[in-house]
Amino acid sequence: MLEVANLSVGRGGISLLNNVSFSLKAGQGLVLRGPNGIGKTSLLRSVAGLQRPLCGDISLDGSIAYAAHVDGNKGQLTVRENLNFWADVYGSEMMEVALIAFKLHDLGQRPAANLSAGQQRRLSLARMLVTGCKVWVMDEPTVSLDQENTALFRVAVERHLQLGGIALLSSHSELELNTETLDLVQFRASQRIIVSAFDKALE
Amino acid sequence: MIQVFRRDVVLSIRSGGGFGLALIFFLIVVVLVPFALGPDQSLLAKIGPGLLWLGALLACLLSLDRIFGMDYEDGTLDLLATSPLPLEGVYLAKSAAHWLTTGLPIALAAPVLGVLLNLNFYVSGVLCLSLLLGTPTLSLIGSFGATLTLGVKRGGLLLSLLVLPLYIPTLIFGALAVHAAALGHTFEGPLIFISAISLGAIAILPFFSAAALRINLS
Repeated sequence: MLEVANLSVGRGGISLLNNVSFSLKAGQGLVLRGPNGIGKTSLLRSVAGLQRPLCGDISLDGSIAYAAHVDGNKGQLTVRENLNFWADVYGSEMMEVALIAFKLHDLGQRPAANLSAGQQRRLSLARMLVTGCKVWVMDEPTVSLDQENTALFRVAVERHLQLGGIALLSSHSELELNTETLDLVQFRASQRIIVSAFDKALE
Repeated sequence: MIQVFRRDVVLSIRSGGGFGLALIFFLIVVVLVPFALGPDQSLLAKIGPGLLWLGALLACLLSLDRIFGMDYEDGTLDLLATSPLPLEGVYLAKSAAHWLTTGLPIALAAPVLGVLLNLNFYVSGVLCLSLLLGTPTLSLIGSFGATLTLGVKRGGLLLSLLVLPLYIPTLIFGALAVHAAALGHTFEGPLIFISAISLGAIAILPFFSAAALRINLS
């Protein structure tokens, strides 16, 4: 269960989003939409605990895994070594599953520095599976992915939700996921109304 | 924590710049000094301990901004901060990895280089011991400085300015121990001081560093 109540976030002292409220139960996902600079990343970073919100409450039941704009892979390590590190950190045994889910098994021994941008992105998405965390918070997860690999991502998220996980993501591209969408432009235009309608939709 | 330590050691060996750089810098400084000062053996023996300690200190400075800088730039630090690992532990693991790849090789190489500065076997042994006890402080204080200057573009100079004054007590007692040994006095006192500073740094700095990381990441 991820519950966000009256959350206000900003960056560099400038307030971006005010009074955001939503709650996600096991198996539910939410996609944030909106133009550049509206506060998607600030909202996600606040939920992930990387940034202190201006006000509001975030309550979280379960562990959280965060994927940022940047991939966070180490170029000097191979694909397997990169994933193995995170598997060790999270004490998980999901590495082989993650390699297969994102079609990285043939690239296992390749240094991450020699991967294409799309392959790098797949590696960083595979990391989310490896963490074994219940809540996925992802910032623009499909950047650099082609159509086929976007489909791989869609399958991985849907499987995660089926297994009782929660996903909160921001995206500019159409993901065709079976999740709710929070359009931040509409939200800002008529805050209270949208929020209450949205809360109802999720109940 | 052990995972971060292991990964940092592997990264520093593979990226080249980490493992050998400090050692080679130390070697260059020590080798060049006799050329600059001339072959006066008694003078070299007199200034040798202080020079070796100064060389070690400057060599440690070289790779400080890489300790957290690389992870900050490629986004790994965000991922570590959201992982189950405590940031205090990440700081300790990274400092330990820095010491293993910088301080330890310098401490082990110092007796060999001491020969160039006309230090005898006994004094070289004390030098090695003082460096073994003192270089952990250099890595710990240096990593702490690196957490403070995180996110500052080209913060290397600022980092040096912040960190060097904090190195002074270790430098004084480190060089003092070796001088005392060279003059035939007891050298336990300064060594105890160096160890105390190291232990104090281990006890206090993880909390300050974790706080600095949290502020700089948000």
